Amino acid sequence: MEDLLNKAETQEYFINMGPQHPSTHGVLRLMLTLDGEIIKKVEPHLGYIHRSIEKMSEKDSYYQMVHLTDRMDYLSCHINNEAVCLAIEKGLQLEIPDRVKYIRTIISELTRLSSHQLWWGVMGMDLGAITTFLYGFRDREMITDIFEETCGARLTMNYNVPGGLMFDIHPNFQKRTKDFIKHFKKKLPEYDELLSGNIIFTERTKDIGYLSKEDAISYGVTGPSGRGSGFACDVRKRIPYSAYDKVEFKEIIYTEGDSFARYKVRMDEMKESLYIIEQLIDNIPEGDFKAKTKAVIKLPDGEYYQRVETARGELGVYIISDNKKNPYRVKYRSPGFSNLSALDTMARGGKIADLVAMMSTLDLVIPDIDR
Amino acid sequence: MNFNIYDFTEFIISIDNWLKQLLSPGLAKITGMALIGVTFLLFVTLLGLSIVYIERKVCAFFQQRLGPMRVGFWGTAQTIADIIKLIFKEPLATKNSDKFLFNLAAFIVLISPFMVIAVVPFAKGLHALDFDIGLFYVTAVSSLGVTGILLAGWSSNNKYSLIGAMRSGAQIISYELSIGLSLLAIVILTGSLQLSVIVESQRDGWWIFKGNIPAIVAFIIFIIASTAESNRGPFDLAEAESELTAGFHTEYSGIKFAFFFLAEYVNLFIIAAIGATVFFGGWMPLHIGNFTFFNEAMDIIPPIIWFFAKVAALIFLLMWFKWTFPRLRIDQLLQLEWKYLLPLSILNLVLMTIVSLTGWHL
Amino acid sequence: MIKAIINYFKEIFTACRTLITGMKVTGYYFFHPKEIITQQYPENRATLQMFDRFRGEVVLLHDENNEHKCTGCSACEIACPNGSIEIISKKEIDPETSKPKKAIDKFVYHLSMCTFCNLCILACPTDAIKMSKSFEHSVYDRSKLTKVLNKPGSKIMAGIKE
Repeated sequence: MEDLLNKAETQEYFINMGPQHPSTHGVLRLMLTLDGEIIKKVEPHLGYIHRSIEKMSEKDSYYQMVHLTDRMDYLSCHINNEAVCLAIEKGLQLEIPDRVKYIRTIISELTRLSSHQLWWGVMGMDLGAITTFLYGFRDREMITDIFEETCGARLTMNYNVPGGLMFDIHPNFQKRTKDFIKHFKKKLPEYDELLSGNIIFTERTKDIGYLSKEDAISYGVTGPSGRGSGFACDVRKRIPYSAYDKVEFKEIIYTEGDSFARYKVRMDEMKESLYIIEQLIDNIPEGDFKAKTKAVIKLPDGEYYQRVETARGELGVYIISDNKKNPYRVKYRSPGFSNLSALDTMARGGKIADLVAMMSTLDLVIPDIDR
Repeated sequence: MNFNIYDFTEFIISIDNWLKQLLSPGLAKITGMALIGVTFLLFVTLLGLSIVYIERKVCAFFQQRLGPMRVGFWGTAQTIADIIKLIFKEPLATKNSDKFLFNLAAFIVLISPFMVIAVVPFAKGLHALDFDIGLFYVTAVSSLGVTGILLAGWSSNNKYSLIGAMRSGAQIISYELSIGLSLLAIVILTGSLQLSVIVESQRDGWWIFKGNIPAIVAFIIFIIASTAESNRGPFDLAEAESELTAGFHTEYSGIKFAFFFLAEYVNLFIIAAIGATVFFGGWMPLHIGNFTFFNEAMDIIPPIIWFFAKVAALIFLLMWFKWTFPRLRIDQLLQLEWKYLLPLSILNLVLMTIVSLTGWHL
Repeated sequence: MIKAIINYFKEIFTACRTLITGMKVTGYYFFHPKEIITQQYPENRATLQMFDRFRGEVVLLHDENNEHKCTGCSACEIACPNGSIEIISKKEIDPETSKPKKAIDKFVYHLSMCTFCNLCILACPTDAIKMSKSFEHSVYDRSKLTKVLNKPGSKIMAGIKE
């Protein structure tokens, strides 16, 4: 038998996963080198949805560049907006009303929740359980309704402006949010029953796609994916912004580093997000919803950097200003790009089916990678 | 012509006699065969259409949706509209694909369900064939379908298709064993492979109730293994939408794609039909031993309705599996068979033999 | 050895239990069709109401006398990040002061380029424009997405100044 196996000629072959493929969630192209079903190498090819958001921001005024960030990581658009606004506010040394900080934090956490709900649904779908997709969207629908009522849009909300918010919260906002929390607390155990406990799911994710803490740090894998490897990288905890220093919450860290750990981090984060919102929703202070800003913002000469925690990890906004009404250079450090770079290390030796599970647990949003 | 909904034997004989009167013996035989062929063709098409509709509705209700609602009342004509669309679509073939095998594969996948459906007893006397090796024939023929899948994957000239076909090959060959062994457990009790005898043997109760624990275990193994053999979720690795786009039928379009689709759903029906016949008494109404009053009350419902109700219940169970569970990985799939199902079914067979010898069954 | 066998069966039973808990969830929804959440969209058109702040498309508000508030200051045009708004202005003689005055000739709005960022609405000093609640924007011809928002023959309301 050994002889026969040695004589048999095997050949590695390439396969293009994407740009059109159901589980790359967009136009990501992965060049897989395979031996049978076993992955030898994964080479991501980027640029299929590059829209040069950074370059476009250079010609826009500081008010205008905010709305472009909606289109980067569209699942955490409010957090992206907030990051840019915080960077600009830092440059202007504006004093932001407490009310703005509280509302921003609540909506950020709602955004995180909606992103994680969608991720949970898609994760199940990638592993073949299509029903989870619709359950995830069912609960997400309530959050998008909250956004629609207060911000005017469901996905690309553009609710932040430098200095505060576009308008005050809708009178129904608090009631709707509380309704949602009550509803979602009932539905969250269902998520566990359907996937977390399911033997097929745990078999598919446990000990699959291992990423060590060292690798996570050296690749810059942040967010829930990094915290699944034991890398304490939650910006909300390390460098608090907005109202995160006023609330108490746990930084979820798992040390296993496999797909299941990354999954569990997100599941626990949803509970933490609910807890954060519960602390803030009844205590929104009275005040202005916007600090006074000039009609044309000119940032003083210099460099400004602001980092926030999006649903995918650390988003950095880097602005160089030369005292004009538009920035000299803008650079976004997007979490998806760094997280994707670790895919090759994780996937080697796994199977095609594992790759799909790994990509799900990295929670890639392709426009965030390409920008 | 005397039509009796409870017993089709005389009805079939009378048709046969009528044909013999009209035509010469040879011609009568050929006409009879053609008649059966056309009947099955119509039946399978209708079956495919209705099961696809039911699947879409059932799946929608699991997912808190309404499913197709537009074409016809509650979307009942949706599948017909889909078929019309598929007929008018261009059947494409990829460059450098093996055109002959590529076209042939779509027909081969349909052959095996047609061959199996011939032995299914729909009601008393309503079956095309009744061998004394019926069950053996079913297991033998039902595995032919994999040939079509392998051919489709090979001739498509697409790596995704090839991976899907290879997965499917490994899967079906493995799960064949468990299906055979789990069916054998009931054969031990009946002592016959003939499907009509198996149905008759359940006159005083279905095997799932009479056969003690081993019968229940055998049924569970059968339902898992046959789901795997029909390439349905959670064992739909050959298609694996999120991994291999559509697996072996990625490159098929138009009516040829519809053939694969039809074969999948007819296979679903066949699994449910065989399961219902062997474990749930086929067309036999629910009888409890010598409880005559109850038995006679149950006999009022025609056997054909009993049969289709049982099949529908089993199909629903299979759909429930599909729309709840994630998909397995290929090595876990084979592990499940060789590490769990096969040893268990062998053990179960031994247990069943003991039960049968000691007469612990009813 | 016996321990291994017990573990083997234990494994099978726990696995089956986890599968059945999953099936319970989906089964609950199957047998409770009241929980269905999807809407039948074109059928519910009459009752479908968007939220007040919903950003559908930019409209120029006209009153019953066919008068609007737009002074043609083009603040919205400057505020727009992607050039969706073009204001073509003309000179008009003001009847009160009999001096030439700037007024809009055409308020051109390219719906196809709009990103619904709401910056034009914020920029408008006279609240002449707002976002409407309509969302059915699809047309068969792309040129129909370029709209002139001021109605023919409309003029500016009295008393509106830049």
